[in-house]
Amino acid sequence: MIDPLQRLGAASLNAFAKLGRANLFLALALTGVPEILRRPGLLIRQMYMVGVLSILLIALSGLFVGMVLGLQGYNVLSDFGAEESLGVMVAASLVRELGPVVTALLFSGRAGSALTAEIGLMKATEQLSGMEMMAVDPMKRVITPRLFAGILSMPLLAGLFTYIGIYGGYFVGVLLLGVDEGSFWSQMQAAIDFREDIINSVIKSLAFGVIVTWIAVFEGYDAVPTSEGVSRATTRSVVYSAFAVLGSDFILTALMFGE
Amino acid sequence: MDNSRIVEIWVGVFVAIGLGALFLLAMQVSNLAEFREQKTGYRLRAHFSNIGTLKVRSPVKIAGVTVGRVAAIHLDPEQYQAVVEMRIQPQYKLPDDSIASIYTSGLLGEQYVAIEAGGSPEFLEDGDEIEITQSALVLEELIGKFLVKATEESGPKE
Repeated sequence: MIDPLQRLGAASLNAFAKLGRANLFLALALTGVPEILRRPGLLIRQMYMVGVLSILLIALSGLFVGMVLGLQGYNVLSDFGAEESLGVMVAASLVRELGPVVTALLFSGRAGSALTAEIGLMKATEQLSGMEMMAVDPMKRVITPRLFAGILSMPLLAGLFTYIGIYGGYFVGVLLLGVDEGSFWSQMQAAIDFREDIINSVIKSLAFGVIVTWIAVFEGYDAVPTSEGVSRATTRSVVYSAFAVLGSDFILTALMFGE
Repeated sequence: MDNSRIVEIWVGVFVAIGLGALFLLAMQVSNLAEFREQKTGYRLRAHFSNIGTLKVRSPVKIAGVTVGRVAAIHLDPEQYQAVVEMRIQPQYKLPDDSIASIYTSGLLGEQYVAIEAGGSPEFLEDGDEIEITQSALVLEELIGKFLVKATEESGPKE
């Protein structure tokens, strides 16, 4: 009777302790901001690893997501004789939800897992302790550039995803299925508001960038320094990122678009 | 070229593409291009007894051409009428006996304010009110009237 209770208590205490460590970790990582301003090369190197190498994946996924939206939207909308609204449907779903969310999920699989594995291995092979021995703060040298590279890359990647996705929808809807081009764009422009939709989309992707990268670097830094520990940390990084992105998306959507 | 230079060039390309995509999203997909028009223009007011589903930013049209947007909607607490404030682009001058009506675009489309220009030589200026208005048609009211009429016609036979 007492044992399950004890396990429950231990699990909750562990979860809270981890949450506390994660917050301390973020605060410490933020103290490294002057360091990356002084040495922007560190940040640029990580932007390359995190951002540039994800472009192809993000662009192709955006294209296919937009094309599928165009196809499915056309099937449903043509039942009501409202094919002209296809542009609104594709753009609204991409700008408001799919752009930031799918990009964040892909980003956590492509870049987040790599960050976790890299930092976890650095810890397991005692490179982080080695840096400390040489009076180099691994927090400022390793963690902060990666954190900010992720945070800065996410909105750019999400913007790319959304834009290419809309052209995917345009390709299928207008060029293949024959929706009128003028009403495709004009209805879209009439329905998508700059402040309400585009700015909120950028805010969302920025928030997801913080969440995904924070989880990824923290899981790596907090990993048990064995090969099994690193592999578990990598899995957790992707799983927690997905949960956190989808959960916070609901909250952000409720705050932004709920009345 | 050494390795770090290539990395920097690629990051530069990435940032440029990302910012470019965001910029194009704002300009091509959203209504940002219209924003400049909204800031300019003069304000007109009109009282309606019912505005249906008219919203802020709904178009104001003359002969089907959009000449402005609805800027604000609120309730007049004394007459219990809706007050619609519109912003009209400055190149369009309206006679002061113009009529404002609320119509629906298409059968189920969104509602907009249609203005029929009058013949007066005096023009409306910033802050003026359009006196003659026609409210939105509410489907339930129409059906209600129709039913009343139908029952009146069938009534005397019994």
